[in-house]
Amino acid sequence: MPDLLIELFSEEIPARMQTRASEDLKKLVTDGLVEAGLTYAGAHALSTPRRLTLAIDGLLAQSPDTREERKGPKVGAPDKAIEGFLRGAGLTRDQLEERETPKGPVYFALIEKKGRPAADIIAEVLENTIRNFPWPKSMRWGTGSLKWVRPLHSILCILSDEAGHEVVPLDVDGIASGNSTEGHRFMGSGRFSVTSFEDYETKLKANKVVLNPQDRADHIWEDAKNAAFAQGLEIVEDMGLLKEVAGLVEWPVVLMGDIADDFIALPPEVLQTSMREHQKFFSVRNPKTDRIEKFVTVANRETADNGATILAGNQKVLFARLADAKFFWENDLRVAEAGAAPWLSSLENVTFHNKLGTQGARIERIAALAAAVAPAVGADAAVAGAAARWAKADLSSEMVYEFPELQGLMGKYYAGPAGHSLDVANAALEHYSPLGPSDDVPSAPVSVAVALADKLDTLTGFWAIDEKPTGSKDPFALRRAALGVIRLVLENGLRVELDKLFDAQLLRHEISLTDDAALRVALMKDLDREIADHGVFGAAIRTLLDHFDGDLSKQLEAVKTSLPDASDDLLSFFHDRLKVYLKDQGIRHDVIDACLAMPKNDDLTLLVNRATALAAFLKTDDGENLLQGFKRANNILAQAEEKDGVEYSYGADVKFAEDDSEKALFAALDTAETAIKPAMETEDFATAMTAMASLRAPIDAFFEAVQINSDNEIIRRNRLNLLSRIRQICLSVADLNKVEG
Amino acid sequence: MGQQDIKPQSFQEIILRLQNYWAQMGCAVLQPYDMEVGAGTFHPATTLRSLGSNPWAAAYVQPSRRPTDGRYGENPNRLQHYYQYQVLIKPSPPNLQDLYLGSLRAIGIDMDLHDIRFVEDDWESPTLGAWGLGWEVWCDGMEVSQFTYFQQVGGYDCKPVSGELTYGLERLAMYILGVDHVMDMPYNAPDALIPLTYGDVFKQTEEEYARWNFDVANTDVLLRHFEEAEEECKTILDQAHVDPKTGKRIVMAHPAYDQCIKASHLFNLLDARGVISVTERQAYIGRVRALAKLCADAFVQTRAGGWTSEGDVA
Repeated sequence: MPDLLIELFSEEIPARMQTRASEDLKKLVTDGLVEAGLTYAGAHALSTPRRLTLAIDGLLAQSPDTREERKGPKVGAPDKAIEGFLRGAGLTRDQLEERETPKGPVYFALIEKKGRPAADIIAEVLENTIRNFPWPKSMRWGTGSLKWVRPLHSILCILSDEAGHEVVPLDVDGIASGNSTEGHRFMGSGRFSVTSFEDYETKLKANKVVLNPQDRADHIWEDAKNAAFAQGLEIVEDMGLLKEVAGLVEWPVVLMGDIADDFIALPPEVLQTSMREHQKFFSVRNPKTDRIEKFVTVANRETADNGATILAGNQKVLFARLADAKFFWENDLRVAEAGAAPWLSSLENVTFHNKLGTQGARIERIAALAAAVAPAVGADAAVAGAAARWAKADLSSEMVYEFPELQGLMGKYYAGPAGHSLDVANAALEHYSPLGPSDDVPSAPVSVAVALADKLDTLTGFWAIDEKPTGSKDPFALRRAALGVIRLVLENGLRVELDKLFDAQLLRHEISLTDDAALRVALMKDLDREIADHGVFGAAIRTLLDHFDGDLSKQLEAVKTSLPDASDDLLSFFHDRLKVYLKDQGIRHDVIDACLAMPKNDDLTLLVNRATALAAFLKTDDGENLLQGFKRANNILAQAEEKDGVEYSYGADVKFAEDDSEKALFAALDTAETAIKPAMETEDFATAMTAMASLRAPIDAFFEAVQINSDNEIIRRNRLNLLSRIRQICLSVADLNKVEG
Repeated sequence: MGQQDIKPQSFQEIILRLQNYWAQMGCAVLQPYDMEVGAGTFHPATTLRSLGSNPWAAAYVQPSRRPTDGRYGENPNRLQHYYQYQVLIKPSPPNLQDLYLGSLRAIGIDMDLHDIRFVEDDWESPTLGAWGLGWEVWCDGMEVSQFTYFQQVGGYDCKPVSGELTYGLERLAMYILGVDHVMDMPYNAPDALIPLTYGDVFKQTEEEYARWNFDVANTDVLLRHFEEAEEECKTILDQAHVDPKTGKRIVMAHPAYDQCIKASHLFNLLDARGVISVTERQAYIGRVRALAKLCADAFVQTRAGGWTSEGDVA
């Protein structure tokens, strides 16, 4: 069985696209071949900066003959139906066969297809693949209309077996397939032809191309590690950079160079970022000092001077880059030491979002919320407010302007010189966390306060202007922000009433959108005082609106109508995110729904405690059976209430109990109630549910022994009212109606 | 021994070698455009000539001004006035990368000792409504050129596609000549009768322009000039295609485009004066882009832009 080798040789493919492209090539070609009946034993995809390579082995030499029988319309069916069938089958009417079936005579088509030689199929599939290749960005060149990531120069496509090899002929926009390629741009010796994959890989190597990206990465990593180790140093691991660099070279040569002493005092993250972003250098650390002292660059060739010229050039470029970084660092430190006022005031003029005002206004809102939430997270309100005001200051620094990815970190470095405490410094760095689902969640109270306030301000803001995530679109990463809030609350066991925070922050947004600056300041002040005195809604908003009666901007008018809806909607968004989060933790959605239906469902810690207890409860035998007992009681009760048109919720009296099991149930309910009430008051759900579980046996015995629908109406009502007590007790813990099963 | 085996001695020699090289490769060696521009791309020989179907091959030096980059001649690498070398070939030839590498050899870069790399860098000019794909070319980790296949200019698909090469001359020359501060770079040959450094020629002007750009330029005047250039550009393009005096079809794409260039540079000056806020910035860029688009619309109505009619076939 023959092997197939394909190489698409082009000008330099962006490093970040190579892996995906070689996998796409593999998938599109193998899918196409299999679709046409050509199966194979194995396929692997490889790439270098100038080529995508696909090697397929054990391919069928031709696709098998196929024979397909298709049942068509009845004999005598309308012509239209028959013609349609013929078109689909690719036959003419005289080729159809009439067959008797239990439903009368029916046309059958016998479609026979001869197998085709592999080369024909490959040519078709490959041309189709090239023309429809899913590059993230592609281009035209010269006078052609073909699109490729960069100009495509040659197509190598050969089938080989023991007998020899043949070129699979195809032509895509004037590029004819052949059996030749080129090696390294500078170290290779021109075009050469190949006969098989092994021959291809060997000749490439001789022409200074390492075909396998993993081999290049391994080679770079090993050489870099050894070079560092030999000097008692270590490479700062950076797998993303390693992969990128392996995609920039065909013949990697590792070179290690020095960082001039002038720059060693820069924060290590600054050195690392500058070297990685601008120069694609690895950082080399001295484990004794924890400083970055050298760099590793990867050249694409060997030279007669062993890379001396290349290294000197790279060092020179690095010097200029780090001189810039040092300049930014020193300028920033000067501003910070003078109190950083220019940073904060310049944020007044930076737009955060055109419908949500400036960064300055945003910072004020975040500071207000951070101070408000501080007591609940164990932070000092004044410190939390100050930390929030500082947290975004570094956005104006020169270093962050140059390296946006250093935001937060620079704020931490500059906090000390600006006279801030360590808590404030840490909050600058940590308040962005958690970013991803596996990111660490801050636990320092001040950081937590600012992190919550920052995320809640973003969420309420986009809710206020109705720019919520839809489907796959979430340009402002609001789902991530909500998950961040959820994790901050749960992992720190915080007790906050989100609903009130939403209301207050939505109100702050509306206020900061009012055009009149003086009015804005007055409102914000009043709002804070009113919230402190009266809580959030109700009294506060009324007082506020009365106070400014007749002087309300249209935004504030909107507060009255739209704000409560936005707040409710945001809470339900949180509940959806929470369900996703808890599902990953193994808690069923119906269990969560049962808890969401309970009061104070904006207190996520309470909600999750309840859900965790309920989930554990339902896993026990008693729990599962009690649930059945509850459902049975509830169904009977619901039917009776529907039929009688009344609600049975009062006064089951033990004196009308006839059966012993009935009396026992009365007693059990009394006992359970006495245990559940105080447990619920202290939010001890486990105890409450254990007490509830004790009802299982009496309820089962009761249903076993007693007919609810007694002929005696008094007894029947008493029993229904008894069921109502079961319902009431069970529903006081969670809405068991929502639990499935 | 070819010329490329001897290292160039001066900034001007590097320019002369590039001129010679691209002349030998068949480019028309043009002169700089006589207006203030931010980059060689703004020269009509690139912006306008990359439009339409007529073949084109040009190379030229373009003095370029970026007022915000002024550092009073003190920064070793930053200048508010500098030179770009620009090559535009339409359609892009299949061996354009090799032609480019040949130009590096011509200016004394030994490919056996240096590490030349093509690193992804997609080019976009929001003011010109243009974009293309290509690379920044690295020599030993330093960006020495931009290499771009134009895909769109002024909102038009480029058919055929032009290949554009832009060399940052000072940076490239400093590297080849082994100079650490731009002002120390020999401008003419160090053994000339009167040897001049880059600093002898430009240090004073860098100081003068930095002061003017940052602190003195009258922003009211600049703003008014911006509005006037914008107005004039539109007025020019509103004229009938047939000249009432000569009866000839004369679409004035170039005079209009001059006004677009002017507006663009005035915007850069205003930006350096710090009077344009972040939100306004986008609006100004949008206004210049609208002019560039109008000029592109006009150029494709000219013969150079590939326009033909029954009575007027080239």
